[in-house]
Amino acid sequence: MQENKSTPGGLILRGITLSYIALLIVLPIIAISCKAFDGGMARLWQEITLPQALFSLKITLILALIIAIVNVITGTATAWVLVRCDFPLKREINAIIDLPFAIPTIVTGIMLVALYGPRSLIGAFMQNTFNLEIIYNSPGILIALLFVTFPFVVRSVQPVLEEMEKEIEEAAMTLGASPAQIFRKVILPTLVPSIITGAALSFSRALGEFGSVVIVAGNIPFKTQVAAVYVYGEIESSNVPGATGVSFILLACSFAVLLLLNFIQYWNRQHEER
Amino acid sequence: MKRGDKILMVLVLGWISVLVLLPLSGIVREVWTNGLSSLAEILRQPTALRAFMLTFWLTLGSVVLNTIFGTMLSFILVRHSFRGKVFLEGIIDLPFAVSPVIAGFMFIILFGPRGWIGSWFDAQNIKIIYAFPGMLLATLFVTFPFVVREVVPVLREYGIDQEEAAYVLGASRWQTFWKVTLPSIKWGMIYGITLTIARAIGEFGAVIVVSGGIINKTQTATLLIHHKFMDFDFTGACAAAMVLAAVSFIILIAMQYIFSKRKV
Repeated sequence: MQENKSTPGGLILRGITLSYIALLIVLPIIAISCKAFDGGMARLWQEITLPQALFSLKITLILALIIAIVNVITGTATAWVLVRCDFPLKREINAIIDLPFAIPTIVTGIMLVALYGPRSLIGAFMQNTFNLEIIYNSPGILIALLFVTFPFVVRSVQPVLEEMEKEIEEAAMTLGASPAQIFRKVILPTLVPSIITGAALSFSRALGEFGSVVIVAGNIPFKTQVAAVYVYGEIESSNVPGATGVSFILLACSFAVLLLLNFIQYWNRQHEER
Repeated sequence: MKRGDKILMVLVLGWISVLVLLPLSGIVREVWTNGLSSLAEILRQPTALRAFMLTFWLTLGSVVLNTIFGTMLSFILVRHSFRGKVFLEGIIDLPFAVSPVIAGFMFIILFGPRGWIGSWFDAQNIKIIYAFPGMLLATLFVTFPFVVREVVPVLREYGIDQEEAAYVLGASRWQTFWKVTLPSIKWGMIYGITLTIARAIGEFGAVIVVSGGIINKTQTATLLIHHKFMDFDFTGACAAAMVLAAVSFIILIAMQYIFSKRKV
């Protein structure tokens, strides 16, 4: 497969493409990392341990973790139903799963305010009966994040379920395994890598989500200010060190997740070859 | 169908309805109660039209550049072998892991008037940040992985047998690419482009950071919605959001069609 690897044409092609990636992706990431350590470790530490910064990081991590867990359950269940059950309008519903990816995040935010905002039917009802604010409060952020991350687990588990051979399950059934046993011991182990992949993608997306959250959450320090919104605020007020500090921590978390994903893919490939 | 499956099905369909479909109804109702005139009005405002046009140009720029470079990169990844290739493969997905706000911020650090590269451009009196080039860079960054991710697997699966056959029959490199390679990766490429379009139209975080939000100049469609929302013009925000939602609906339908084509 290694044709034209060192012909002049091949080298030029490689040179141009690699420069493009260097300028567009590598250089910006190097720049922000250097900027983070501009004032030394002590300065970086000082910026991220500011109470407001620390709170935003904490609430972001907690929310992302909740999102990942909920998506594991709902996403796997959805993939299961889409593959194993028959119902009317199945194709249309399957298509709708991708809607959160197709719709701009800011539109998601507006939609949720229209539906759950203080002036809406549901919003007013919740406010009056349970004294619960949804918008400009953490439930609103949760709903927004659930919406934008919904497809991840579904779309990573679904193809694996489709490929799975029913014979193995039938064999387990003839051998007297109960449905619960079959699910736990036969189906789940095959699904685990794809479930983790989907969960990691939702986690990573929830960490960085901005458009929908900034509309739904408002920007209330110590209440709804998630990390991305905090960074945005610091950029707007030209506090570069403050924005860099929190950005750096968020980037580090996302890259750790990405590394985990690459490792799973690598492990999977090794596993399949055996 | 087993009883357990039936219960699960009802739960899942309920979840999808509440989580995904219900919000759609919210925005439709909002526009409906204000009358379709609000929709017509938004399409007549010069500011709104400029914002939609700017989004169009940014999307076009991203599609053209990222399709060309994305396809080139796919070729290199599948056909060439060189040191650091594994590293390169790892880099492709990075833009997906970076929060849009941080993506925009990175370009300010690099291309801002006092940035590493930006200071040179500033001396030449060329504005990158708070202007079109910066917004294009930010959009290019967030949409870069789509084409690569779709073309690489197709290219890998397809192999080089047919290309070799074309060479043997006397076709030039260029002819082989246009007549043999391109048709075979076409649907993967188109699917990647569709995803690029959807993301470029909807990008908000990265663009708002580098745009400076200058009305009529650096305001895209998503920034317009944000601006109207912050200005307490919720009806206007909903109308503009409805227009974008309609566009993404069309994209979604196109995605379904292309996806089924690609599988063949």
